[in-house]
Amino acid sequence: MKTSDILTFECETGNYHTFCPISCVAWLYQKIEDSFFLVVGTKTRGYLSQNAPGVMTFAEPRYAMAELEEGDISAQLNDQKELERICLQVRNDRNPSVIIWIGTCTTEITKMDLEGIAPKLEKQVGIPIVVARANGLDYAFTQGEDTALAAMTHRCPEINPRVMNQQKGDAAKLVAVDVSPSDKLFDEKIGLNKGSLVLFGSLPSSVAAQLNLELKRQSISVSGWLPSQKYNELPALGEGVYVCGVNPFLSRTATASMRRRRCQLIGAPFPIGPDGTRAWIEKICSVFDVKPDGLGERENQIWKILIDYLEIITGKSASFMGDNLLEISIARFLIRRGMVVYEVGIPYMDRRYQAAELLLLQQTCRKMRRPMPRIVEKPDNYSQVQRMHELQPDLAITGMAHANPSEARDIDTKWSVEFTFAQIHGSVNARDALELVTRPLRRGVDSVSDCRRLSRQTLDVQQS
Amino acid sequence: MKLAYRMYAGPAHIGTLRVASSFKNVHAIMHAPLGDDYFNVMRSTSERERDFTPVTASVVDRHVLARGSQEKVINNISRKDEEQHPDLIVLTPTCTSSISQEDLQNFVDRASLSSESDVILADVNYHRVNELQAADRTLEQIIRFYLDRARKQGTLDRSVANAPSANIIGIFTPGFHNQHDCRELKRLLGELGVAVNQVIPEGGYLKYLRDLPRAWFNIVPYREVGLMTATLSEREYGMPYISITPMGISNTADFIVQVGKLVNVWAYALLEKRLNYKLYVDNQTKFVSQAAWFSKSIDCQNLAGKEAAIFGDATHAASITKILVKEMGIRVSCSGTYRKHDAERFNEQVQGLCGEVVVTEDHTEVGDTTARIEPSAIFGTQMERHIGKRIDIPCGVISSPVHIQNSPPGYRPFLGYEGTNQVADLIYNSFHLGMEDHSSDVFGGHDTRSISTKSLSTGRSDINWTPEAESEPNRIPGFVRGKIKRNTEVSARRNNILEITIDATYAAKEKSSS
Repeated sequence: MKTSDILTFECETGNYHTFCPISCVAWLYQKIEDSFFLVVGTKTRGYLSQNAPGVMTFAEPRYAMAELEEGDISAQLNDQKELERICLQVRNDRNPSVIIWIGTCTTEITKMDLEGIAPKLEKQVGIPIVVARANGLDYAFTQGEDTALAAMTHRCPEINPRVMNQQKGDAAKLVAVDVSPSDKLFDEKIGLNKGSLVLFGSLPSSVAAQLNLELKRQSISVSGWLPSQKYNELPALGEGVYVCGVNPFLSRTATASMRRRRCQLIGAPFPIGPDGTRAWIEKICSVFDVKPDGLGERENQIWKILIDYLEIITGKSASFMGDNLLEISIARFLIRRGMVVYEVGIPYMDRRYQAAELLLLQQTCRKMRRPMPRIVEKPDNYSQVQRMHELQPDLAITGMAHANPSEARDIDTKWSVEFTFAQIHGSVNARDALELVTRPLRRGVDSVSDCRRLSRQTLDVQQS
Repeated sequence: MKLAYRMYAGPAHIGTLRVASSFKNVHAIMHAPLGDDYFNVMRSTSERERDFTPVTASVVDRHVLARGSQEKVINNISRKDEEQHPDLIVLTPTCTSSISQEDLQNFVDRASLSSESDVILADVNYHRVNELQAADRTLEQIIRFYLDRARKQGTLDRSVANAPSANIIGIFTPGFHNQHDCRELKRLLGELGVAVNQVIPEGGYLKYLRDLPRAWFNIVPYREVGLMTATLSEREYGMPYISITPMGISNTADFIVQVGKLVNVWAYALLEKRLNYKLYVDNQTKFVSQAAWFSKSIDCQNLAGKEAAIFGDATHAASITKILVKEMGIRVSCSGTYRKHDAERFNEQVQGLCGEVVVTEDHTEVGDTTARIEPSAIFGTQMERHIGKRIDIPCGVISSPVHIQNSPPGYRPFLGYEGTNQVADLIYNSFHLGMEDHSSDVFGGHDTRSISTKSLSTGRSDINWTPEAESEPNRIPGFVRGKIKRNTEVSARRNNILEITIDATYAAKEKSSS
């Protein structure tokens, strides 16, 4: 295969498997505790959201379908009246603090004016209604979260300069408790010059707390997260607020907070893996004029803890088929630990939002003397399978549609959806991320003789 | 618009895909937006399928929306034709294509000119039919297509086979225990001296479909899928069919009687003899199947008069109802199905066997009914299993929709004589667990089983929450919130409190923790 020193980007046909972006509901409703997600669409979408998250949907979820019937599509029924009836029912059943409408392909095609109806109904129902158009016409899988968070940036309160200063004072005081007096002066200096920091991206609260702590070690306090645990606790945005993403698929949220809320975006690699976490913190520190302290030591420490996993993956090769946009960051993390990555498939590549991550990927490849992976946007799964057949990577990171068939063809597979649900952010969770990656490599099912290739299709070929 | 939390049967295109991907070397191309091809995920995970699911999407994106698919669908069809040489490509419409109203038939006509594969458009209307109806139609459509062609080309073999033989229609993927049922049916037929001509659609090659009419008769084990094909062959090729599901001892006996009748029609003419299966049925019932003895044994006495609620597809719900009532002496307080368009027949089947009949697609209605009648066990789908979990009643899963745990690698047929054993185990184990649970309650366990804790309905409470008390349960982690809220209401009701204040919530908490 061809290798090159610069990153190459290709774009294929877009015939690939991924989840519909409405599946973001599955983790967002858990994150935002007082929310209710209403997916406005047809049975096709409902069936997905019930099947994709599997067991989770059975546990009394705070989401439902507003299932469109023939009368809705042929406009015999009035959208606004129908939605009003349903939202009142949701209010009576669940009494949420916010209802989030997820627009689907169907509402796009029928041009249902969700954004227009929402403000009217908001008054009648008395609950805020946020509209996110997370449809499969425009977006893939995790980008659903992006549309939802972008819609929510508009609901964040405007930052009040006076309160901001006070908060900064408080933060400086808090920090002062566990730093030496000389640092205290330094902190107050930042407090005077710099704005507050809001992080965006939905993470489990424990992971968010860990990242907060990592930054606090560098005397940087996080003033809020988008999304917050509760809708009423959305962070204040506005001029002078710095925002920084924790996930690679949040480009619309980044754009919305810059253009519509006049925040400043910190473009950093994403805190996935110890290297990513370190680079992420360093970048934030540089913006806040803080000299990072002890990061190198900390990174080395984490790598040391991971030594048993690193032995498994060093020298092994991997291919990403691409479905959740985390691919670049995870590939960079794996290359840093000595893996060879042949191909990184990715549904959509925002080269501006991911610029720092791409740069780190390049640096990592040079440093580790590994070939640059080919980055394939909108991949074609059929061609990818052919390429994988040729290259025979030790590990394929694919969606669930291809996982079992690849295993049957003797290619160890990690299904990629798990990365969106597992805790992989921050130094602390690097172990979890590697736990996932190495799982297929650690299984050791070779003991059953002659069971490597189990596909029925290949058997047929041999027989005929 | 309809507020829906869960659904029993999927959208129409799923049915089409299930049939298409069950045949060998048939490829389905969906006209759908990105992400709608999650059927591949379902098949490859829930069935642990080893091979790539032969389904791709011709992706509908903004460009398609603005300008129409133009050459895209045709290109996708010809590309698949070249890459994988399928015998047939089924273009599958989704809700998106039904709304965007593209002329898919036109694409099919044009594509079939250039491609070596046959190309057809699945004739399913998204808004009118659900998954199961669509599967039934698509199967009939494919069979009709190939039989018509064979007739035109003169290759149709209409000579009746020399020995008794049957087609099994309606075994497909991912169906509830279909693979095991198929094996059991083959075994049963083998013991009756009936050869299996063809099984469709699962594993069937299209080129052999022309031999379909050679069988003496057709067997449609499940009501959901296959009846349309069976009636087609009856009408056009004079093939009789059996639609009795051989599930449970008496149903299996009835099924065999039917087989006997149909076999003897030709057997006398062709082989000059009559077959009699009476002895076989007797022997199987008494000794091979343990179910008859099991119901007679003292263990099963304990089940007498116990109550059960049943819900599922028409085939399984009706058969299990019959088994519980007639073969095990269990009272069925409620039997129901989500197959609304088959309600009449379902009513007929369970008439006189159960207290009430519920025909609905609304899973909260099923939940509320179950909660109200408080059976000792539920037999239903995965959704009923979760209802059971919430209201603390054991549940045996008897019908799809199901999880991966209902695609067991071990041999678990529901049909035939081995099926009666499996069903007996399932039923007995569900109740047994129920009794254990009960005895732990009696011996100093927690006594939380009162009717009001079992209500699943939301927003139908006569109790008011003051605003500050309302915020209290919100501080509790989501997954236990409902339970704690209910406990609070129960405690309030016991003390005749109609308005729940913050004090009342704490009082309830104290009580439940003490």
